[in-house]
Amino acid sequence: MRVAIVDYDAGNLGSVQRACNEVGLNAFISPDPEEIIKADKVIFPGVGAAHSAVDTLHQRGLFQALQEFYQSGKPMLGICLGSQIVLGYSEEGKKDCLNLIDGVCERFDIADRSYKVPHIGWNEIDIKQPHPMLKQVKSGDEFYFVHSYFTRPAKKEHIFATTEYAKDFCSVLANDNLFATQFHLEKSGRKGLSILSEFVTWEGGSTC
Amino acid sequence: MLSKRIIACLDVRDGKLAKSIKFKDTKDIGDPVEKAEEYYHDGLDELVFYDITASSDKRDIMLDVVESVAEKIFIPFSVGGGIRTVEDASKLLRAGAEKINVNSAAVLRPALIEECAHAIGNQNVVLSMDILKVEANRDIPSGYEVVINGGRTATGIDALIWALQGEMLGAGELVVNSIDADGTRQGYEINLTRMISEAVSIPVIASGGAGLPEHLYEVLTEGKADAALIASMVHYGDYTVSGLKQWLHDKGLKVRLNY
Repeated sequence: MRVAIVDYDAGNLGSVQRACNEVGLNAFISPDPEEIIKADKVIFPGVGAAHSAVDTLHQRGLFQALQEFYQSGKPMLGICLGSQIVLGYSEEGKKDCLNLIDGVCERFDIADRSYKVPHIGWNEIDIKQPHPMLKQVKSGDEFYFVHSYFTRPAKKEHIFATTEYAKDFCSVLANDNLFATQFHLEKSGRKGLSILSEFVTWEGGSTC
Repeated sequence: MLSKRIIACLDVRDGKLAKSIKFKDTKDIGDPVEKAEEYYHDGLDELVFYDITASSDKRDIMLDVVESVAEKIFIPFSVGGGIRTVEDASKLLRAGAEKINVNSAAVLRPALIEECAHAIGNQNVVLSMDILKVEANRDIPSGYEVVINGGRTATGIDALIWALQGEMLGAGELVVNSIDADGTRQGYEINLTRMISEAVSIPVIASGGAGLPEHLYEVLTEGKADAALIASMVHYGDYTVSGLKQWLHDKGLKVRLNY
């Protein structure tokens, strides 16, 4: 099985690769659109700003490659910035994104100053719908977040878990062969690794 | 609801774990990779390594430490000490660190914060401040002064002003380290921590002085810190990470227990 980690200069891909190793997933890092399309599974991670990330995707021909990969029906895993760019639009830099799931990405706008932005740290998820990737975790489990923007899928059916930070936001979204988390699976201890380990056998779809 | 973070700080010199008292007279107490792993499995939320290696020719040892740690622990960890350029920061990130800590070098050349934030993202840049209580005066109205070089050199800069400036330059988090409290085990500098936490809109990590579980509770509530840094209280085996977190949970504080 060929698992590709998409390299678009957005963050520490080594961390994702090491976490993959830990769960027995042999993944390679690649910036090459051809290799991405040919892979059996794709991991789309990322930290940083949406607009510069989208620009890099375009420059490397990865924007279309990722859309094509998704259309092929093969399993795709988005992490953090990767979970935001799969939506149609991001307020960050006012950028059109991949549009694999209908929705937008918005900035935390919290009047109460005791809520710091970025939202950094461990927070709970509240599972809204069962999903095969979430088999080993439950509502109340905590994961590591670092972000100032959050995803807002247009349809409720794409929201699989939410997290509370001043208000509830979508922290796990999925559609067919795409599963994405706002939190960092690779930095969320054993709970994060347990979700990643499901990616080894997950073939797409939300039927448990 | 967001949990309060417990962060363990490991001082590393020539690749070995050291713990200083008031930054003087350091002594080695073990292998940093082993300790990191032990704490990770015991529910630690995050790790910080400070490289206190004196000679620059031994600095690359730290990269080996970072690489070994990154292969074994899957929680965020940052590295500080001796970072003067974006290249220094990038090297550590490539080796597997999640974030970098800048301290003295950023005081001497504030643009370093901006450069690092631009190169590796705001969220990965932590500004660490060593702070000494002084008589309030015209230049230092808050009565807290930034000191550098491990607390040996005064700067004449007000800690509150530096915190705000650091945030503006692009730091994603602040470590507020009280030199007065460091190593005393008498508790964090609550007033200082609260003053800075209320002034900035980025997370504040309290540092220096932890000796009892009550100290953590105090700084995470009254001190308004988002995270508490601990060192000797766990390094010497007086407390465990899981024990501390359970204690804080029982006191009604939101911490991550299920790991």
